[in-house]
Amino acid sequence: MKWGVVRFPGSLDDADAIHALREVLGQDAAMLWHKDEALGGAECIVLPGGFSYGDYLRCGAIARFSPIMQSVARFAAEGGLVIGICNGFQILCEAHLLPGALMRNRSLAFVCDVVTVRVENAATPFTRAARTGEILRLPIKHGEGCYVAPQEELRAMEERGQVLLRYVDEAGVASDAANPNGSMRSIAGVANQGFNVFGLMPHPEHAVEKALGGEDGRRIFASIIAGGARAASRVSG
Amino acid sequence: MRARVFVTPRKGILDPQGRAVEGALTSLGISGVANLRVGRYVTLEIDAPSHAAAEATVKRICEQLLANPNIEDFRFEVDAG
Amino acid sequence: MSAAPIALAGEPRVDLAEARAHGLSTEEFAAIERILGRTPTFTELGVFSVMWSEHCSYKSSRKHLRMLPMSGPNVVGGPGENAGAIDVGDGWVAVFKIESHNHPSYVEPYQGAATGVGGILRDIFTMGARPIASMNSLKFGSFDHPRTRFLVGGVVGGVGGYGNCVGVPTVAGEVMFDAGYNGNILVNAFALGLARREDLQSARARGAGNPVLYVGSATGRDGIHGASLLASAEFDAESESKRPTVQVGDPFTEKLLIEACLEAMKTGAIVAIQDMGAAGLTSSSSEMAGRGGLGIELDLDRVPLREADLTPYEILLSESQERMLIVAERGREAELQAVFAKWDLHAAVIGHVTGDGRWRALYRGRVVADLPVGAISDDAPVYDRPACVPAASDALAAAAESAAQADAPAPAAALRALLGSPNVASKRWVYRQYDSIVQSNTIAGPGSDAAVLRIKDSRRGLALKVDSNPRACAIDPYIGAVATVCEAARNVACAGARPAGISNCLNYGNPERPEIMWQFIRGVEGLRDAAIALGTPVISGNVSFYNETEGRAIAPTPVIAMVGTFADVRLHLKQYFKIAGDAVMIVRSAAPSYAASEYAALFGAPPRPLAPIDLGRERRLVDGLVECAERRLIRSAHDVSEGGLAVALAEACFNPAGIMGVEVDAGDSGHDGEVLFGEGASTVVISAPLENIEVIHQIFDPLEVRRIGRVTTAARLTIGAAINEDLAALKQIYEMALPGRLNRP
Repeated sequence: MKWGVVRFPGSLDDADAIHALREVLGQDAAMLWHKDEALGGAECIVLPGGFSYGDYLRCGAIARFSPIMQSVARFAAEGGLVIGICNGFQILCEAHLLPGALMRNRSLAFVCDVVTVRVENAATPFTRAARTGEILRLPIKHGEGCYVAPQEELRAMEERGQVLLRYVDEAGVASDAANPNGSMRSIAGVANQGFNVFGLMPHPEHAVEKALGGEDGRRIFASIIAGGARAASRVSG
Repeated sequence: MRARVFVTPRKGILDPQGRAVEGALTSLGISGVANLRVGRYVTLEIDAPSHAAAEATVKRICEQLLANPNIEDFRFEVDAG
Repeated sequence: MSAAPIALAGEPRVDLAEARAHGLSTEEFAAIERILGRTPTFTELGVFSVMWSEHCSYKSSRKHLRMLPMSGPNVVGGPGENAGAIDVGDGWVAVFKIESHNHPSYVEPYQGAATGVGGILRDIFTMGARPIASMNSLKFGSFDHPRTRFLVGGVVGGVGGYGNCVGVPTVAGEVMFDAGYNGNILVNAFALGLARREDLQSARARGAGNPVLYVGSATGRDGIHGASLLASAEFDAESESKRPTVQVGDPFTEKLLIEACLEAMKTGAIVAIQDMGAAGLTSSSSEMAGRGGLGIELDLDRVPLREADLTPYEILLSESQERMLIVAERGREAELQAVFAKWDLHAAVIGHVTGDGRWRALYRGRVVADLPVGAISDDAPVYDRPACVPAASDALAAAAESAAQADAPAPAAALRALLGSPNVASKRWVYRQYDSIVQSNTIAGPGSDAAVLRIKDSRRGLALKVDSNPRACAIDPYIGAVATVCEAARNVACAGARPAGISNCLNYGNPERPEIMWQFIRGVEGLRDAAIALGTPVISGNVSFYNETEGRAIAPTPVIAMVGTFADVRLHLKQYFKIAGDAVMIVRSAAPSYAASEYAALFGAPPRPLAPIDLGRERRLVDGLVECAERRLIRSAHDVSEGGLAVALAEACFNPAGIMGVEVDAGDSGHDGEVLFGEGASTVVISAPLENIEVIHQIFDPLEVRRIGRVTTAARLTIGAAINEDLAALKQIYEMALPGRLNRP
């Protein structure tokens, strides 16, 4: 499957995403430059983690105006798959491709740790390789990952199944103690209404190799790849 | 009384945030912007016997907490409110 | 050809009083007049004051640093470059260095620590190496001191704020709290980069006529006279008023600089490159010219400025961050400028290399400084300052005092108290604020004996550790330094890596005091002897003097960063017990002692000198650990450090995958408190399958090897009848000690 990873000034996990996709998962992944408009025929766009534009003003606020983001928005509107990880999630929210916003962590401190998240809806292109209710161990590292949205919006999102990942404890129960950043309803990842744009604070690209601590991130990528294969077979068949 | 506090990067001190925002405006095609600096705006209500006493307290608040004297300047306004 | 440069209107008159106000001595000012054959201009005086400062010239330490072993079969790149490098195999070299940012961090903890991280990263990528890991050594005052919590929050925030944003993982570190640092904290920052051997860059100017490019942030008034302030002034109330010089870091620009510089280097158009660190434009330009035996001419009107009204003096001495100076091949400026433009960075041609050996600065068409390059970069004075043994060791006296108190607590109570002491307890509160996994190389991160990194596309790997032992150094600065090097090597070897090279940061008091100079010299001698014995060359380093407040010096604190290499990183070890039934063994080179221990700090203990260290036995211990790892004979290895054996056993049980237990047999370890809680002896706790016990004994011969117990699944720590504790409860104490002290509002 063909992937495009966008490099903004200040992107940090761009090379990690490329490494995970190319070297570990054997995918065809290319780096895309923020000043370009072409998406290079990618079937899935990754907006990687990092501190685009230093996270100055608001996280993701400046990056959303990059030339490539105009192409990404069009691509998403046409149903193309877009996944935003950490800073990428923040950019997607700023660009209004996803609902809600990400604010400073409740602790006011950056947090780097491994968390457990529960898959809330496995019937999406980003989670279809997992089971609903499955617990994944994924790393987080962010200072502004507290997800907020208006209550009515949250209720509607829950009803539509747009909340894909929720922070839970080892037993799979959401709690204040298991919520690393104060996110409303312990939300760790959400999709848009079309389920083709997904943003999450945890880093699946940092959880694809056992030697580095875990492989649960593969679930997310495997979901996307499975969808890609299906789409490809539809095209060829 | 109500106080409005403006905290800004001190003159001569690098403001990386202001620089990045200014650069972004240029790439958005908005020209003619210079010396953009980003600070903080804080509002607070204060219970004090006089205007002068309120000013003195706000000044202390600014010096001790709201502004980092190493890198930031502040100014404030106090009104009856 | 060079007429004397002209004084500018409004500049102060240069005389001895002005020179002294710039921190130069009467003799130094006389030497400057002798070298020039005239009185320097005010601008030139500023240049001399920073270039001849302790911080830039190492004038008090240089003579002694020459005794360190700086070469070895694995050392790449010679002296005279920014930092050394070691060969780590498969064509890769590791460039690494540690540096202090103590005084700036005391004045402004967030920015001081942040710019410390930024500065050391530039030292690494200027060599052509991509920075892949950071570490730091932090020393704060006691928690009773009113400023400590503020400083901890600021420094940790600054280290994280910069490191996280620039995309270099912080993989290891050490944090200590001791009243000796109440008025003078230590912030030592380390960075390591990887490069292909053939891609290493030079900092040696070549080719008269080659252009000089300025890249990065514009120049402001940041840190003017920072270098001389931070290295020659002791702390007092006045430093609080020296605020206008605070430098602000911009990690976003640094990230762009890293990417742009590494990309620009690939063009081959860069002849030499150096970051503008202390003394900024002056030191980078004169040092590059000096190394090449050439001259350099700078047109200050072309230097990008943040404020238009900077004087030549300020432009030359500014320590604005995130700036690099490049000597390019003539005619290829545009090629380089295109690369920097891609990263939204400005690269301005501000001068050129000359063949006349002069360092010349022009401002509005006039020469404002014209000096022999050698005078500022090489001819700084070298002092052989007097050294003498202090009358009585203060530390021993203090220890004697504290010994008076205290009935010894019961062993279980002592263990709980030690696990809850900030110096022993988990530093998770700190390192949770650092990104330790970006770049996808971190196999073992903070909280391990040593960090373990893989090298992608290779089986090889690296182990990193930073260590210090100021309490031991306070009792005996020589043995303390030796012990520090051995501990760092042991930690790296516990991970299974072979210690390969050292960078050091030597933090001491005022070298003009003979007893401090004695401490320093003994420290360097200890570092030398241990480095030679362990076969670990010292490839880079930094000296920080004048760590004093109101006349009271810190304890001698040589900080050692050790880098080890793995032939096969898959064979790395962690500190945690893994399999129930495994034998628990200790290997040690000497007998443990309360001297300089955390136990003595908490409960008092009779004063005693440090036992001498047998470096042959230390080497045996390190080599044995590496052999055990490479032959897969052991399943875990953990160095016994602060808190002693009982603490190390508990830590080995705190396996993140599930708490293990350990049963130590009565009699085998002894129950003497000193055996359980003493430090000083080089001791390692290992776990191994029973069938390997015999060969492990052979490997470590003639060291003391004892089987003391077994790993269990019970999550209890039992040591004979002396200790029988629930490990989950102990872990709670260990984890909550720092948050309990730091999270209070």
